[in-house]
Amino acid sequence: MIRFLLLFSRQGKLRLQKWFTAYTDREKKKVIRDMIMLVLARQPRSCNFIQWRDLKIVYKRYASLYFCAGLEASDNELLSLEVLHRYVELLDRYFGNVCELDIIFNFEKAYFILDEFLMGGEVLETSKTAVAASMQETDTLQETMEEYMSKPAY
Amino acid sequence: MFANLFSFLCVFQRMPAPIRLRELIRTIRTARTQAEEREMIQKECAAIRSSFREEDNTYRCRNVAKLLYMHMLGYPAHFGQLECLKLIASQKFTDKRIGYLGAMLLLDERQDVHLLMTNCIKNDLNHSTQYVQGLALCTLGCMGSSEMCRDLAGEVEKLLKTSNSYLRKKAALCAVHVIRKVPELMEMFLPATKNLLSEKNHGVLHTSVVLLTEMCERSPDMLAHFRKLVPQLVRILKNLIMSGYSPEHDVSGISDPFLQVRILRLLRILGKSDDDSSEAMNDILAQVATNTETSKNVGNAILYETVLTIMDIKSESGLRVLAINILGRFLLNNDKNIRYVALTSLLKTVQTDHNAVQRHRSTIVDCLKDLDVSIKRRAMELSFALVNGNNIRGMMKELLYFLDSCDPEFKADCASGVFLAAEKYAPSKRWHIDTIMRVLTTAGSYVRDDSVPNLIQLITNSVEMHAYTVQRLYKALLDDISQQPLVQVASWCIGEYGDLLVSGQCEEEEPIQVTEDEVLDVLEGLLVSNLSTPVTRGYSLTAIMKLSTRFSSVNRIKKVVSIYGSSIDVELQQRAVEYNALFKKYDHMRPALLERMPIMEKTSSNGPTEIVQTNGETEPSIVEPKHPPPVTQPANQANDLLDLLGGNDVVPVIQTTMPSKPASAGGELLDLLGDLSLSGGPPPAPAPSVPTSQPSFLLDGLSSQPLFNDIAAAAIPPMIAYNKNGLKIDFTFERANPNPNIAVITIHASNSTDADMTEFVFQAAVPKTFQLQLLSPSSNVVPALNQGTVTQVIRVLNPQKQQLRMRIKLTYTLKGSPVQDLSEVNNFPPQSWQ
Repeated sequence: MIRFLLLFSRQGKLRLQKWFTAYTDREKKKVIRDMIMLVLARQPRSCNFIQWRDLKIVYKRYASLYFCAGLEASDNELLSLEVLHRYVELLDRYFGNVCELDIIFNFEKAYFILDEFLMGGEVLETSKTAVAASMQETDTLQETMEEYMSKPAY
Repeated sequence: MFANLFSFLCVFQRMPAPIRLRELIRTIRTARTQAEEREMIQKECAAIRSSFREEDNTYRCRNVAKLLYMHMLGYPAHFGQLECLKLIASQKFTDKRIGYLGAMLLLDERQDVHLLMTNCIKNDLNHSTQYVQGLALCTLGCMGSSEMCRDLAGEVEKLLKTSNSYLRKKAALCAVHVIRKVPELMEMFLPATKNLLSEKNHGVLHTSVVLLTEMCERSPDMLAHFRKLVPQLVRILKNLIMSGYSPEHDVSGISDPFLQVRILRLLRILGKSDDDSSEAMNDILAQVATNTETSKNVGNAILYETVLTIMDIKSESGLRVLAINILGRFLLNNDKNIRYVALTSLLKTVQTDHNAVQRHRSTIVDCLKDLDVSIKRRAMELSFALVNGNNIRGMMKELLYFLDSCDPEFKADCASGVFLAAEKYAPSKRWHIDTIMRVLTTAGSYVRDDSVPNLIQLITNSVEMHAYTVQRLYKALLDDISQQPLVQVASWCIGEYGDLLVSGQCEEEEPIQVTEDEVLDVLEGLLVSNLSTPVTRGYSLTAIMKLSTRFSSVNRIKKVVSIYGSSIDVELQQRAVEYNALFKKYDHMRPALLERMPIMEKTSSNGPTEIVQTNGETEPSIVEPKHPPPVTQPANQANDLLDLLGGNDVVPVIQTTMPSKPASAGGELLDLLGDLSLSGGPPPAPAPSVPTSQPSFLLDGLSSQPLFNDIAAAAIPPMIAYNKNGLKIDFTFERANPNPNIAVITIHASNSTDADMTEFVFQAAVPKTFQLQLLSPSSNVVPALNQGTVTQVIRVLNPQKQQLRMRIKLTYTLKGSPVQDLSEVNNFPPQSWQ
């Protein structure tokens, strides 16, 4: 299973954090610090896998954002690259040419999309269209006209 | 007008609407400094807090959302926890959505508030809208605590049986989480798994396979139960591969790779150790292995999983070879990730399929030169795993070259690996010494501390190479004295073999011309150099001392030793004082004490851990059998003095005997023991002369006796060696692993008189063909009335397997009077020496 998924910028600013295991706040902060340090220190054309403690860290850079996942020993690293890629595709489909700013200003949507794709550290839905359809329907459930027009009340 | 005034006042009393989320984000991003940002955040938090206090339903959602944003920036948000609960309880979907998100971010299971969610989740699991149910399942499945899982498992199980695929897939993964948290609940999900695999929906299929995998991994019973699913899984996989293009699940021409990989993983678990299942999946594995498109990462991900499965199940050899070849091809792939993964997999299989992996050795060795750090590390580990007697020379060349040029982070591991490999497969002693020299000179400062004693042992045992070794080490010292392990080994060797050095006896290479004074210059240089650590200084002082019996410039050595008698370093001071005493009071013993070290026997049971802590520094501990001419433990204890073994008081373990003149010709025991005075002991040291309960760090391998006792004691019966005047001595036996020629005897001395036996000393001697080593006793007081025993360990090397005989001498003080007795022990059980 994926233990955690982090998105952060080249300046080390956290844009999303999803924890699939129960870490304390202190542990979370440590993990975030370590991940940012490890990943940002990597040479440009290095391989995307790092061994860290007992976990396999998989990271991939998309434009200005790093997507970083912590995997267990039994997980398939090459496939997890596909998982990260799929998530980016889903974001892209939802936001239309997604960029970091979309994720900054609509972080809650990024989480909602993630929650339709992964759950408990495992892939929940393998079909892109199914995830997109769920997002569409849940968005319409949001009550006011404003929200329906993608101008949320919050 | 009245109405206007009234509404005007009303407007005034209401707080302005809290700013929108996006507005806040925009504002915060304009902050130019951390301080400015903090100020904005604090202001907004204050506003949010008062808004929460007002119990405003309309804007709660907006405020919590803003709080979550600020939380992500790293600011505290705990005051919003309860608000999340209120949002979850709301009827509006928007509220619930943000509420559950907030719960997942702020309310981990350590919070007390966490449990309050249970009821809300329970209600929402039964909600009429599937998306609300979905929210509840998601939250439970991501961070539900064990209590929550216990409470709600029933609801999850219900939803696992629904025909609604949206809910079913979420329930499946929620069940996985429940099982991970509360494994005992696994049973209750069993019925619902019945027709999970008949689903057409890929989401349900995928999550079902994950659920089945989790259950099989956790329970052998489940595993046996689900083996019957193998044909069905094979069918599903086949359909995925054979089916035409499916836009919904396609990834670069491959249909649903996520599902394929999970099925392969489940097949791996089901096929492991089961012939029938393995056979049933043979064909499909071969098919996947040969037909998968490898131009993109996704295809290789599937191939990778396939290879792992093939290697783990009972596949036929053709398939295994196919798998290893795939890995071999991976090694040549341009994609670094694939090379990395190949190396990792090969590392896993190198034990079981050694020969197959050997075929790819040259490619693996090439990976040592890869620029990528992760790949280099894997390649190094794999290279060491591939070293064997046939390829040692070639491999070592590559590995030494790697050691020279690699990053510092690798050097320690690489050096250790080289030593280990050299020890196992060295084609010749000369090669071995050369290899060690190479490591010490190129990566000397990265070598682990425990290598020093191991190397010393190795060098000692390579008798014919002594001259060569000391010469090379001496030359290395002339070049560079900064690398401590090198300097320590070199000092030790010069101390031991300095005579060979100055006499120019080297056969292997051109002997160098060096005088005694030059050698002493070098050693003294080490003593004063800033580069030398205290441990190194200790080595050089000892080395200088040893040369007093090998060189003729004794006066110079005496001078050095006496100077250090007032060194501020306590360790050095102590040594110097003791050596001084050797020169003065015990000069007749000096030659014997400083004799050449005997061959050390390897105790592979504890190898590098034979370290003795002395004043926080580590020093070598040397396990040695007796010196061949039967000067039994005297030589031992004396050498102990010189090698500074022992506990925190640097008092040698001269419990038993004092060193006297070496080998008496007859070798018969009695004479030897008779000559020795037992009065107390070794040259004065600032510590009591008889150490009590000296823990035997030195020989940890033996201290693990209790284990041995249990295992091996049954094999050799114990015996009573002595029983007189209230003193009884039992012998218990075990075999020292792995050398069967060594008998390890533990003596247990007990005292049935009504007074303690103090200053108890046990000594033993054996015939010439044996070698004996006596370790320090547990104490020197045998308590009265059998209230306790003194134990001591004897190691007897009996290479000729002769009948074991022993003479023992016992001395103690009872009620003020000294008692002494001699006895022969002849009733050793045959198993102890056969």
